[in-house]
Amino acid sequence: MNLQSVKTIYQAEMARSLRTVLQSIVSPVVSTSLYFVVFGAAIGTRISEVDGVSYGAFIVPGLIMLMLLTQSVSTASFGIFFPRFSGAIYEILSAPISYFEIVLGYVGAAATKSIILGLIVLGTARLFVPFSIQHPLMMLLFLILTAVTFSLLGFIIGIWADGFEKLQLVPLLIVTPLTFLGGTFYSIDMLPPLWQAVTLLNPVVYLVSGFRWSFYGTGDVSIWASLAIITLFLGVALAVINWIFRTGYRLKP
Amino acid sequence: MTLSANPSRISMPEPGSAAGNGGEAGTPMIQVEQLSKIYGGGFQALKEVSLTIRRGEIFALLGPNGAGKTTLISVICGLVNATSGSVRVDGFDNVAHYREARERIGLVPQELTNEAFTTVWDTVSFSRGLFGKPKDPAHIENVLRALTLWDKRDNRLLELSGGMKRRVLIAKALSHNPQVLFLDEPTAGVDVELRREMWEVVRGLRDQGVTIILTTHYIEEAEEMADRIGVIRRGELVLVEEKAALMQQLGRKELTLHLAVPLEAVPAALSGHDLVLADEGHALVYTYDVSRQDEGTGIAGLLADLEATGIRVKDLHTRQSSLEEIFVNLVRESA
Repeated sequence: MNLQSVKTIYQAEMARSLRTVLQSIVSPVVSTSLYFVVFGAAIGTRISEVDGVSYGAFIVPGLIMLMLLTQSVSTASFGIFFPRFSGAIYEILSAPISYFEIVLGYVGAAATKSIILGLIVLGTARLFVPFSIQHPLMMLLFLILTAVTFSLLGFIIGIWADGFEKLQLVPLLIVTPLTFLGGTFYSIDMLPPLWQAVTLLNPVVYLVSGFRWSFYGTGDVSIWASLAIITLFLGVALAVINWIFRTGYRLKP
Repeated sequence: MTLSANPSRISMPEPGSAAGNGGEAGTPMIQVEQLSKIYGGGFQALKEVSLTIRRGEIFALLGPNGAGKTTLISVICGLVNATSGSVRVDGFDNVAHYREARERIGLVPQELTNEAFTTVWDTVSFSRGLFGKPKDPAHIENVLRALTLWDKRDNRLLELSGGMKRRVLIAKALSHNPQVLFLDEPTAGVDVELRREMWEVVRGLRDQGVTIILTTHYIEEAEEMADRIGVIRRGELVLVEEKAALMQQLGRKELTLHLAVPLEAVPAALSGHDLVLADEGHALVYTYDVSRQDEGTGIAGLLADLEATGIRVKDLHTRQSSLEEIFVNLVRESA
């Protein structure tokens, strides 16, 4: 294992986030705070408790998840897309490092950033609504697994995309809608039976549900189903990345 | 713009100092065997190329655009997968032992990269770390000073001129003390002054034992720099030759004598001279070596013999083949 190389990529990526601290950290915190103001304070006061928790507290895990997914995907996809775009990828590919180490550097940095942001949003939320975390270790496990898995997805998108348009396409058209429809702002019990069934096809439902379970001990689906789905996701993402490097897809003719 | 080329300050490893099964003095720096590359679209960029690069030499790879120069370099450096054949760097297979092979290589690509917002210092330090080497600010400083980038170390890349950016790429390639440096068209689009300065830098590196492989389509560059020259055309190496040997051909001159009356054959009286009948008997062509001034060119004797045989000469002219011409002929011949 070439730890020096991994560390170099990781630190360069973290430095990039710090250089653009306004865009990377402040803006997600501001937008999440706005959700709390609008949904938690303004609308939330007119909604009775959901699953035994106040609406403001109910949306906290979903909002963190929303932020975690979008940030993981966008950070990791941009991280690997940019050297391809700038031409600097030649250096990564000609360096004495394995594919695993490249992924570790980029995905590790993206996941770290998302986890930090997740914790910042968690702290911010605490300023708006009181809540407690029943299973903090499970909460951390979900945070890490989700950040890693979606950073891997972002890495795949960053390699697949051949322009900035495509880079935005997946986060905008797939990740955000799936998250909004994934039970961030509601319990799926609130939906008509047909939509409940449809919603269960949305993988994000399982992530939000599992994450919420770690906070309040209740979820839309069983915690084991949530863990199984996130593990499955992780496996699929790893398999795709393995394929990318094995075939040289979009990297190595 | 002056590049006070003083690369003696860049400390590079002694050739052959590396551990492992490579690095022995007898091992060629690069050994390419039967290398072929067919791209996805079916285009064959390399056809069974075999090439040995000696330790410490400057090797110039000449060829027209699209000949396969960049593909060859890319395969050696691990940017492109070979279809068949093998590459060994300092004795290490570049696939099976890619770590050992690649850490010996520094690559300066043809295209300028566009990492606008990074500083010179950061990007060069990044390259060193990426190649697994521990931080060494003193070495980075040496490299930057040698390439007169020291004053620009805190500038972002977008603030640099094209020539400066190219030097940054060279600095990145040298950041990890490579034993072999690939320069893909290092002076394309670079002004004459800077080109000369780059040559100085390259020579300085060679003096420290760094093996250098450069691609170019400027004959002048190959002539100026290289110890050996390889000519590649449509994916095939059509010639690999010591520059000195090529220059000997360059030193040959032709004297063409236009005759008043055409001849059917070279007269027996002139058979002692190296003459060829041309232009359907209207001309005699004499080839001689200008570099052998001390032994004489033989022209005086030839003219005296012509006079004696009574052959009348209408006109005469001489011409010298240039490396450019040799190159163009080579490229055409196999077309």
